[in-house]
Amino acid sequence: MLHEPAVEIKTDKAAAKKAKLGVKMFIAYTLVYAGFVFIGLSKPEWMGLELIGKQNIAIIYGFGLIVLAIVMGFIYNYFCTKMENKMNKN
Amino acid sequence: MIYEVSNWAIAIFLFIVGLVLGLSFYFARKTKSSSGYYAAGGHIHWAVNGIAFAGDYLSAASFLGICGMIAFSGYDGFLYSIGYLAGWVVALFLVAEPLKKLGKYTFTDALDAKFDSKHIKLAASISTLIVSVFYLIPQMVGAGDLVVPLLGLPHWIGVVIVGSIVIFIVATAGMTSTTYVQFIKGALLVIFSTILTIYILQNGLSLKPNKNHHTFTQIEALVTNDTVVSVPDSSFVVKNTKVVNNLVLVKLAKDNIDGWYKLNVKDNQATLDEMLYITVLSNGEKLYNGAPKSERKFYQVGHLSKIIVDGKEVDKTGPVGPFEFIKAIESSEIIRFSKIAFPEGEDKITAWYQNPTPGENIMKPGLLYKLTKASGATLWDKLNFLSLMLALFLGTSALPHILIRYYTVPSQRAARKSTIVGIAAIGFFYILTLYMGLGSMINGTLDVESSNMSAPLLARTFGIGLFSIISAIAFATVLGTVSGLIIASSGAIAHDFIDKYLRVEMSDKSKVRAGKFAALGVGLFAITLGILFKGMNVSFLVGLAFAVAASANLPAILFLLFWKKTTAKGIAWSIIVGIVSSIGIILFSPTMYDKYGLLPKSAPIPLDNPGIISIPLAVLTLVIVSLMTQKDNLTKKQSI
Repeated sequence: MLHEPAVEIKTDKAAAKKAKLGVKMFIAYTLVYAGFVFIGLSKPEWMGLELIGKQNIAIIYGFGLIVLAIVMGFIYNYFCTKMENKMNKN
Repeated sequence: MIYEVSNWAIAIFLFIVGLVLGLSFYFARKTKSSSGYYAAGGHIHWAVNGIAFAGDYLSAASFLGICGMIAFSGYDGFLYSIGYLAGWVVALFLVAEPLKKLGKYTFTDALDAKFDSKHIKLAASISTLIVSVFYLIPQMVGAGDLVVPLLGLPHWIGVVIVGSIVIFIVATAGMTSTTYVQFIKGALLVIFSTILTIYILQNGLSLKPNKNHHTFTQIEALVTNDTVVSVPDSSFVVKNTKVVNNLVLVKLAKDNIDGWYKLNVKDNQATLDEMLYITVLSNGEKLYNGAPKSERKFYQVGHLSKIIVDGKEVDKTGPVGPFEFIKAIESSEIIRFSKIAFPEGEDKITAWYQNPTPGENIMKPGLLYKLTKASGATLWDKLNFLSLMLALFLGTSALPHILIRYYTVPSQRAARKSTIVGIAAIGFFYILTLYMGLGSMINGTLDVESSNMSAPLLARTFGIGLFSIISAIAFATVLGTVSGLIIASSGAIAHDFIDKYLRVEMSDKSKVRAGKFAALGVGLFAITLGILFKGMNVSFLVGLAFAVAASANLPAILFLLFWKKTTAKGIAWSIIVGIVSSIGIILFSPTMYDKYGLLPKSAPIPLDNPGIISIPLAVLTLVIVSLMTQKDNLTKKQSI
């Protein structure tokens, strides 16, 4: 009695490629996030340093992490859609 | 704090509640099957689902808790915004599509899809229930906090109202009505938070933020051997002096009314600064600034003591841009209110003293989480910070009430697209939390008794209309999230445990009925907890729910998807170890010791956030047990 999905899911030939891309993008974002945590732990005084447009590192990095997640989401979707359209054509 | 009730607020509140109940009636007629009840039939459009993700995720913790935490502790509150959003990256890149492919109605379905294991069903359904209940508590606390100023009702009535409405929403139409409630609420929350932020920027910074702002008294004092001996103003009489945590606190009387003041000595000049204080008398009666609550002597606080723009000191700035606002606060000085508690005879005093804080300290981490040597940060303080950031990052994609939203859309592509819509809406909202929190901090709107009310009270300074709408949306925020949590809990009990684990024979109609009864039970339990946990910051409590989810569920999900040697027993044991270790650390943490009335320093585990220990422990358990039970996988393959 395995638990099947609520709706029928078609076979996705692009699944493996998309998963690989997902892992790569996850690692990239994690490194940026880890950088933020690392500065907070090892050089917390850097967080107050002015960086761009008179804003300090804490603000630029914090806002940057939020905006980066949104931008990477759109990029990921673009490539995944492209892969799906190409590989699931037939 | 005493709040004035407005008819507008009541009318808008009733409109929102009516809308939600109307939706539930409408969809109730269409919900006949268990697929419809638990997964909205799997036919929700990805864009609607994306905004519903925002409605589900942006809970009381995000709106009330984070804004409150920023208002009281500056940038440290914003760390929650960053972490909560970053967690969606894990959901999008690793979890969304595979989970959609594996599951049916619940998180347990997905974990169990490859194994059909009783161990997984039991462990995952328990985990879903525990995480959802941990998450439910702060939502209910937030609901209670909201009705006090909105409707002028006691905290517990707010909890009961939310509980009852949500039980109705879930028990009538399940996931379909829950989805549309979350969709409407998510959209309204983002739109009106944007409007509130525009008001904040238009208002700018001012030394006198609003006409009702109380100007705190400062009196000259004569001091000998660090003790106040007299005040030149003869209308004051010195009644008592106390030294608490190296602070000299003085009780003065004027016209037979007592007041507590804090001694400040600067450039050989001694002054006494007025404090806010609550006295709990030996008979249990509470006095606010020496008088009963109804006399309204307890003020809203939080203001700027110095405004510096481009190196010049000014009284106000006028309208400012978003980055200009942040920079102006960073250059200025803000009066925060810090809490201190001490006994006076048989009375218990809780006081809040003025704590002038440079803006540069507000705009970087450190006020709540000690990180620098100068602030006396220890290794445990740093581990606490690391642990929090880890749990926030890994917790999102392990929350059962978020994961079940993947089963409401028709395809994996739709699951991905809805996640991206969710990330965009949630990310934008989290940027606004910084403005709403800082706006509350400097506009004289803070209620020192409840950090959760910062954003709605800020809205009130811009007009009762905006306050009414924001409060009603905040209430809808609680409704949306609690509905999702109760659906997830109901699925864990009725679908995972009764139907799949106990294998009780039921028709599809009976399964839906069982789900509705489970929703009723969880709802009543949530009401009780919401009343018991009154007064805690909701974002802190949600942070703990994230830690439990990240420890109990995420290792299981990720290893199932990415490690072929994972076994059913490995998953089940990892969930159990994750739950036990994370909750165990929380129960023995300094914050909980404080709640028990014990000294926080005497807590055996000096960590408030358990993730740094419990997540690796769960991973280790999964790997070891899986390697020890490889035979199970071989047997399964052979039987297939």
